[in-house]
Amino acid sequence: MEVQLIKIEKRNDVSRSIYLLTPILAIFLTLFGGGIIFFALGFNPIEALKFFFITPISDLYGLSELLLKATPLCLIAIGLSFCFKSNNWNIGAEGQLIFGGIVGGGVALLFYNHDGFYVLPIIIVSGAVGGMVFAMIPAILKTFFNTNEILVSLMLVYVAKLLLDYLVVGPWSNPEGFNFPETRQFSASARMPILFDGLRIHAGIFITLVTVFLSWIILYKTYLGFQIKVSGLSLKTANYAGYKGKIMIIIVFMISGACAGIAGVGEITGPIGQLHRNISPDYGFTAIIVAFLGRLNPVGIIFASLIVALTYLGAETAQIFLQIPKYTGQVFQGMILFFLLASDYLLFFKIKFLGLKKNDI
Amino acid sequence: MKYLISVLFLLGLSISANAEFKVGFVYVGPVTDHGWTYQHDEGRKAVEAAGIKATYVESVQYGADSERVIRQLAQSGHDLIFTTSFGYMDPTNNVAKDFPNVKFEHATGYKMDHPNVSVYSARFYQGRTLLGHIAGKMTKTNTIGYIASFPIPEVIRGINAMTLAAQKVNPDIKTKIIWVFSWYDPGKEAEAAQALIDQGADIIMQHTDSTAAVQVAEKAGVWSFGQASDMQKFAPKSILTSIIDDWAPYYVERSIAARDGTWSQQNTWHGLKEGMVAMAPYNPAMGSDLVKEVEQLQKDLASGKANSFTGPIYDQKGNLLVAEGSVADDGLLGGMKVYVKGVEGDVPQ
Repeated sequence: MEVQLIKIEKRNDVSRSIYLLTPILAIFLTLFGGGIIFFALGFNPIEALKFFFITPISDLYGLSELLLKATPLCLIAIGLSFCFKSNNWNIGAEGQLIFGGIVGGGVALLFYNHDGFYVLPIIIVSGAVGGMVFAMIPAILKTFFNTNEILVSLMLVYVAKLLLDYLVVGPWSNPEGFNFPETRQFSASARMPILFDGLRIHAGIFITLVTVFLSWIILYKTYLGFQIKVSGLSLKTANYAGYKGKIMIIIVFMISGACAGIAGVGEITGPIGQLHRNISPDYGFTAIIVAFLGRLNPVGIIFASLIVALTYLGAETAQIFLQIPKYTGQVFQGMILFFLLASDYLLFFKIKFLGLKKNDI
Repeated sequence: MKYLISVLFLLGLSISANAEFKVGFVYVGPVTDHGWTYQHDEGRKAVEAAGIKATYVESVQYGADSERVIRQLAQSGHDLIFTTSFGYMDPTNNVAKDFPNVKFEHATGYKMDHPNVSVYSARFYQGRTLLGHIAGKMTKTNTIGYIASFPIPEVIRGINAMTLAAQKVNPDIKTKIIWVFSWYDPGKEAEAAQALIDQGADIIMQHTDSTAAVQVAEKAGVWSFGQASDMQKFAPKSILTSIIDDWAPYYVERSIAARDGTWSQQNTWHGLKEGMVAMAPYNPAMGSDLVKEVEQLQKDLASGKANSFTGPIYDQKGNLLVAEGSVADDGLLGGMKVYVKGVEGDVPQ
């Protein structure tokens, strides 16, 4: 039998512009792949793609929903970019979001029927602290006990979820709620101000935009950002240069956790208005896709969060108008990530065909 | 850019200018759950068969997503929207406020904050009474396993109705409950069924939406009941009968009323009498005597001769809930928060 031998070689001459353009290529490939899937399902692919990607944002309401959905994704992904850039694999943003939501929600319940401009800022800060503290668990375990942060942060997601379950079923459940697992609706003073009448987009978007700007400054204009990047590229170099690697691990996890915590608070004080078991449709996990699609770059992450948010909205619109199964939204998210990773691989590695060789096995 | 804007604008126009009467449905699970959502979708198909366009969105999570989906349906020209799960209660009322010309129907809830919101549900507990009667007669271990979703009155009512009926024919009956805190989670439902069987239950029933529990029961060789839909084909040996939710007549009636302008706010709670709750064929393994008994009880429940909650009824602590000679009123049923005597464990709270 003859087999084709291939050899995989690292490329040393990857241009930066192509590196930044591959996400766009991945999106086009996803659209193409999506068209094929729609065609296979028996739909007109052009029409289906139109309902998927254009109809949801063809009016003000749709645009507001897009921003509403993208806001937490962008915020969490920005936080994650600090971790990922420094080679710290925080997979537990979902748990940090939920824990931030729990702390922020607890404070909101404490201020039930309490007016005052200071209520909302206190809730936001406590949510951020909650997420931060929760993210420090895997960070501290990693620095002092050398545990694997992927496992620890992921497992803590379930801890946070179960804690939320316990609270909304038991001690925090709405006394007038017929035992349904949810808290009271927060008072008006504990809700994010709505920006436009009739739309759901709220002031949380400004927090996200400010965070994006600050992140850009930290990552590209400060010594800390430089340390993060260097230790991401080579931990040995970082240690040799005298950077305090351990403290940095904790710092990036704290930033990431705070962002996720604020995202959680944004959801419960924004569109939801109370705590219950479904405060996040896995934003913390989807944000991982967003972070990579955005090339761990603040500006890239903004665009990536909008695109991924659109796949959620599009799946609903496509189901309303064409009765396409809603799970196609997840298929699209999967395809984007797949095409991105595949094109990255081909970008950084050359595949050489070495010809046929006799194989005796 | 200008071209793009005008295309988007036209697209928006073409959507909003669409004047055809449309009905929208919001589902908590996938249409393929073969239980709760499946039955609602059968109702939707009946609306379509009546010549009215009816669309749906499936697997809509409680929380921020549900309000968007309901709003999107209202925005895209749907005139009547059915939101078919308890957790859509606040979102439904929130959207109803902003769309006074759209009619909303919320299943199993109690809030009607605006004149364009109706609520509707079925007296599933009447079916539970029949299951309890059968279970009491069929069990050898005197242990009934019950997979419950959320500790809301609707679910507690079902547990109590079943337990009371089972006790009537078998005073030693015990009801063991596992709460899965989900309407649709086949993995958890299957685990719960197995755990209950391991604890000695030889009858499994569930207040969740998938067919997982009956499939586990079939494998383990214990009896089970289908929930919301006839699940017989998923566990042909094990299933004794199924409670069937038949929403179709209600959906067709309300859709036609909304189309013709005769829709008005209502609080509907129909049962065996109206046919919103129906029973699947009884398994011959029950024996013809028991089948006859249950069929008679079914007739009596429908006619009002029998009642699921006839006193005396005591709660777990021995407090009298319903006095001898009277029956529970809808107020007590609607706010039911405690188990009756004979149920094991505490209501989670």
